[in-house]
Amino acid sequence: MTALAEQTAPAVTDRGVGGSTTRLRRRGPAWLGLAPFGVYVLLFLAVPAILAVTSGFADNEGRFTFANFAALADPNILQGLWASIWISAVTAIIGGVIGALICYALLAMKPDGAVRSIVDSASSVLAQFGGVMLAFAFIATIGANGLITSLLKDWGWIENPLNSFNGGGVMIYQIPGLVVVYLYFQIPLMVLTFLPALQGLKGTWAEANATLGGTRLQYWLRIGGPVLLPAFLGSLILLFANSFSSYATAAALVSQGGIVPLAIRQQLTSETVLGVSNVAGVLALVMVIVMVVLMTAYAALQRRTGRWQNGGRS
Amino acid sequence: MSAPRFAAEPSRATSSIILIAAAVLFLLPIVAMLEFSFRQGQRVDGVQNYGPQHWQGVFDPANSFKYQGLLEGIGNSLLICLLTVVIVLVLLLPVMILVELRFPKLRRVLEFICIIPITIPAIVLVVGYVPVYGVVAQIFGSVPWTIAFAAGIIVLPYAYRPIAANMAGVELTVLSEASRSLGAGWGRTLFSVILPNLRRGILASCFITIAVVLGEYTIAAFLAQNTFQTALVLINHTDSYVSVIFAVLALLFGFVLLLVIGRVGAVGTRRERRTRRTA
Repeated sequence: MTALAEQTAPAVTDRGVGGSTTRLRRRGPAWLGLAPFGVYVLLFLAVPAILAVTSGFADNEGRFTFANFAALADPNILQGLWASIWISAVTAIIGGVIGALICYALLAMKPDGAVRSIVDSASSVLAQFGGVMLAFAFIATIGANGLITSLLKDWGWIENPLNSFNGGGVMIYQIPGLVVVYLYFQIPLMVLTFLPALQGLKGTWAEANATLGGTRLQYWLRIGGPVLLPAFLGSLILLFANSFSSYATAAALVSQGGIVPLAIRQQLTSETVLGVSNVAGVLALVMVIVMVVLMTAYAALQRRTGRWQNGGRS
Repeated sequence: MSAPRFAAEPSRATSSIILIAAAVLFLLPIVAMLEFSFRQGQRVDGVQNYGPQHWQGVFDPANSFKYQGLLEGIGNSLLICLLTVVIVLVLLLPVMILVELRFPKLRRVLEFICIIPITIPAIVLVVGYVPVYGVVAQIFGSVPWTIAFAAGIIVLPYAYRPIAANMAGVELTVLSEASRSLGAGWGRTLFSVILPNLRRGILASCFITIAVVLGEYTIAAFLAQNTFQTALVLINHTDSYVSVIFAVLALLFGFVLLLVIGRVGAVGTRRERRTRRTA
C-alpha cells in the first residue's frame, strides 16, 4: 500500500524536448516494445480481474444471471461485510491517530538523525510485515500460551481477556481480535504516508504565528490542522483500504468466515466443481467497488494535499 | 513552555516518551517470538525453562526430513523471486524506459496500470486466477514457479515506484539524446548511459520485489502450491516453534534487505552530490 501514496502524488512534468526526428523514424518498432508488457498485463491482470468481477453474473453453466446476488441477503455474508467495514474503520482511526502522534513526536528529532532513520526503516519493514508471520508473532505474544497471556496467568489473572475473550476463547482467534493484530501494520503505514505531509509544514508558518502572538494551540488549530487535514484523511482512507483488502493474517488466525476475504475463501474452497465460484465473484465485485470508491476519494484528497506542498519543503 | 517557542514541534521530553512507548509496544511481539522459540518444556507454576533446543533442531541436518516441505517451499519461493525479478527487469523496466523516452504521454497510463493491483486486492484477483491458472497448468503443468506470473502483477506497484522516482531525478531524455548525438547506438546508450543512471532505482525495485514475493501467501494458498508462506502455515500445525523461528529469520532478512536498499540509496545520493559539485 505504501507505494500508492507516493505514486498518486502530482506527476512530474515533462522534461526535455524529445528528439523529434529519431522519434518519427522509429515510431513503428518502438510501439512493438510496449507489446510484451501489454500482453502480460492483459493476460495476468486484466483477464483475471474481469473474470473475478464478472463471475458473479454467471450461473454454473456460464449463463448470465443476477441470481448470485441473493447471497448479499445472506445474514452470514452481510455480517462479514459489516465486520470487514468496522474492523477497517476502527484500525484506520486508531492506527491513524497513533501513527500521527508518532510522526508528531518525530518532528522534535533531527531530520537526518539516527532516530528518524530507524523509525523510517522500521516502518517500511513492519508495514510489509503482514501475512502469516504476523499471525505467528501475535500467537507468541497474546495467543493461548503467548508471553503476555502467560504472565497474566502467573499474576493470578487466569481468565483474562486474552484467553477468554467474549466467551469465545483466545482473543486473536476471533474477528474482533484482528483489530489488535492489524494495528501492527496499520501504525507503521500511517507513519510512512503521513510523515511527508507533516514535514511539509513550513517553519515560517510557525514563526509567523508566533510573531503575530499566536500560541502553539492556535497554530495547530488554525494553521497546522487545516493544512494537514486532507493528508490525514487521505492516510486514513489508505489505512482503511489496507485493512479491508488484507487476507493472509486473518486466514492464518481465523479458521471460519467472518470478514469478506474469509467469506471468499469459504466460497472458493467449498466449491466442489473446479472453476469459478459464483458467490465468490459477487463478493469480489463488492470488494472492488469499495476499493475503487476509496481510491478515488484518496486521489481527490491527495490532489488537495499537493496544493500546499508545491512550494517545496523547508 | 517557558522559553518563547517559534517551532510547532513537541518538546524533547514529550517526543521521547511517545517514541519510547511506541518502540516498546512494537518490539513486544518480536521479543515474544524470540522468547517463544527458546522455550523448553511446559510452563510449570509460572516457571518456564529456556534452552536453544528448538533452534538447534531447525539447523540439525538429522531433522531435515521433518522440514522437507518447508525447505522445498523456501526453494520454490526463491525460484519464484528470481523469476519475478526477471519479469520486472525484462517486461516492466524496458516499458518504463520506452515510455519515458518515446511516449511521455503514456506515462500516466503506465502509472495507472501499475497502481491497479493495489485497488484489486490479491484475494479478489485469486477468484480470477483460479480459471486463468487452469489454462496455465495445461501449458506448463501445475508447478510452483508459475506463481511468478501472478507475483509479477502483485509487485507492480512496489517495483514501479523506486524506478519511477529514480527516473524523475535523472534527465533521461537529455542524456540519451546526448549519447545519440555523440554517435552511440541505442544498445550502447541503453547499457552505458540509461541503465547505470537508473541503477539505484532498479536495485531497490528488485529488493522490494524479493521482499514482497517471499511474503506472498494468498495466491500460492489458493493455487495449492508449496511456497515459503504456505509451508509455514502447514508446519505451524505440527511444530509451532519451527514456524516462529522461521518467522523471526524472515523478519531479520527483511530488515537486512531494507538496510541494503537504504545503503544503495545512500551511495547513490552521495555520488550525485559529488557530481553536482564538480559539475
